[in-house]
Amino acid sequence: MNFGFTEEQSLLRDQVERFIKEACPMPKVREIAASESRFDSTLWQQVADLGWLGLTIPEAHGGLGLKWIDLTVVLEAAAEGLCPLPIASQALASAAVLTCGNDKQKSEWLPAMASGSAICTIGLYDEANWIDPKAITAQAHASEDGYVLKGTKPFVNDAAAADYLLLAVNAPNGLALAAVAKDSVKITHQPTMDTTKPMASVDLDGVNISADFLLPMSEDQLAFLTDCGAVATTAEMVGAGAAILEMTSNYAKERIQFGKPIGQYQGVKHRLADMYVDLESYRSLSYYAAWSVDDDIEGLAKAVSLAKGYASDAFAQIGIDGVGLHGAIGFTAEYDAQLYLKRSKWARPMYGDSDYHMDRIATLGGL
Amino acid sequence: MDFDYTASEQSFREEVRSFISENLPPKKERDKNFLANWLEKVRAKGWVGFAWPKEFGGSEGGLIEQTILREEMALAKAPPLGTSMMGLAWVGPGIMQYGTEEQKRKFIPDILDSKVTWCTGYSEPNHGSDLAAIQCKAELNGDHYVVNGQKIWTTGAPWSQWIILLTRTQFDVESKHDGITCFLVPMDAPGVEVRPIQNMAGDKHFAEIFFTDVQVPVENRLGAEGEGWNVTVSALANERSSIGEVTQMFEKLENLKELVKTTTKQGQPASKDPKVRRTIARFEMKVAAMKFNGLRYLTKQIKGEPLTSETSVNKLHRASLEIEIDDFAVQLMGQAGLQLRGGESAVDGGTWSKSALNWPNVVIGGGTPNIQRNIIAERLLGQPKD
Repeated sequence: MNFGFTEEQSLLRDQVERFIKEACPMPKVREIAASESRFDSTLWQQVADLGWLGLTIPEAHGGLGLKWIDLTVVLEAAAEGLCPLPIASQALASAAVLTCGNDKQKSEWLPAMASGSAICTIGLYDEANWIDPKAITAQAHASEDGYVLKGTKPFVNDAAAADYLLLAVNAPNGLALAAVAKDSVKITHQPTMDTTKPMASVDLDGVNISADFLLPMSEDQLAFLTDCGAVATTAEMVGAGAAILEMTSNYAKERIQFGKPIGQYQGVKHRLADMYVDLESYRSLSYYAAWSVDDDIEGLAKAVSLAKGYASDAFAQIGIDGVGLHGAIGFTAEYDAQLYLKRSKWARPMYGDSDYHMDRIATLGGL
Repeated sequence: MDFDYTASEQSFREEVRSFISENLPPKKERDKNFLANWLEKVRAKGWVGFAWPKEFGGSEGGLIEQTILREEMALAKAPPLGTSMMGLAWVGPGIMQYGTEEQKRKFIPDILDSKVTWCTGYSEPNHGSDLAAIQCKAELNGDHYVVNGQKIWTTGAPWSQWIILLTRTQFDVESKHDGITCFLVPMDAPGVEVRPIQNMAGDKHFAEIFFTDVQVPVENRLGAEGEGWNVTVSALANERSSIGEVTQMFEKLENLKELVKTTTKQGQPASKDPKVRRTIARFEMKVAAMKFNGLRYLTKQIKGEPLTSETSVNKLHRASLEIEIDDFAVQLMGQAGLQLRGGESAVDGGTWSKSALNWPNVVIGGGTPNIQRNIIAERLLGQPKD
């Protein structure tokens, strides 16, 4: 039993934090988020060269063959600076290929994903706020030389930046992931609260794919990928939550009102303490969930729901309190606190809100 | 990061389980000698004072084994490992750290053998959370000190044989943390008067204690004169970790789930009610957070990094769970939930309703939630002191 990070993981964390500070500081984040593509290929290549895109891809397929707990080190540290690069989406897409792909697909696609030359994302559910196979409405129908797709994927993260998209559909033999190239579909950016997490709809109507580009997906595999999505999201919530707590805590030490730093007033310091308690708690649960992906598949669903169920509401409150404790300055567009509040809004429903996860905890707990 | 247990940790868990299955009969089959026999057996096993040094009669057990031991005992709803609760939690560790050789010989074995019960004389009528401002006075007079003053809210005072007592030996001090001295005092010493106080649950757990010209020999001083604050801080650090136990919360949660399965709400099984389910899930998330926070801090300790104030995190969770779980259970049972032991409709012998009135024992003792928030904000987040 050892609930700590290894020397290598600590070095990896340092590396990510240094990269964020030097190459992707907040002005850069804002610049990318405001740009037409909402993406930065130079930074993407740097991240790929550092090996972060192939962390969980086996060495045989060009990756580093590490575990999800290593990946969460990167996701957490990158989220401290709200890094807008689609690292999580890339990891989920590679998890999808590893889970649902055949040997040929794995050996052809994974090396390009690990090297970053293929930017990828994943789109699972088509109904808002519904985690269930029934919430997948897009379809794949058999055609002469493969399949023709039908329907729209309304909520695909990082779709506009992606070269390839893995999209859940109902195929003749059950659920499947359709692998489509960006030029073959119509991708429409959707404005959302959090500009560092671009979202788009993907129109699939009439798109033809060959049989090689349809990956059969069982309901268990869909559930696993959903849980991986929740793990990735929660890891980012840990990093972003820690960052806004630190920002707010530092502000409370410096901001003088009525002749004293506001952090001296219990009305302020106790809210900071409550933010700390919640952050530490979903941090612990998040690490356990990440460990479970590779080492306790039986316990994964419960571990994920404990983590995401806690983090969803807790990070939302941390975002609100972080902005609120700053007063009017926190409300301004220029100040960075608001960007973290927006991230908390983004993360809350992603791969299940607290109600979904609490219902699952109750069921798994024997109720 | 690795949550698997090593082979030796696993075999220790097996050892604990088989001990429990051999020595813990169902409640109905336990006779009046059961507890005494149990205490003797766990003592012989070396499980009382499990982590204490062998020279004092402990087992020098590792932190993980200690956690395993507690988990298994809680799962089996076993009686405590020793009845000298405060003796085991902080008086013993305080004596081992600050005591003289004679004090160690005199007091430690009786704590381990559950022969002596200790209480803790910290709070005073005017000084509870502001502990360092205490006024109970001790004056050196030859080979003894003379103690005059009052303590209050002293849990266990009505049945304890000894008290670890915080006094002030010096009044003209720059910092209120100076001039405090700690003593080990027998409760039957002349001049000690205990007046039990009834709490809102009807129990008389705590008391006020009056000290009138009580003579305490110099050899009963724990630590140097004026060093009492350090003794107390290290004792309270132990208290925070020992009260913040997740195992009791786990047991309480399991009991709640059982209750929900057998309770109806608006004529329907309560376990099918979405709000009930989510409320329990929320408790479960907090209990799990306590568990994994605890394991993270444990790992830190094993690596030799000192814990500062992290245990306050779980103390705050514990405090809210202690109140919320019982409150929820009582509400769920409706009118039946109001009934105490003896009531015709009382559920589980009235334990929930009793417990719903007893939470301040845990929530206030060892530092109120707002004191814990101060500790977190000041020591972990670096906020200025009040």
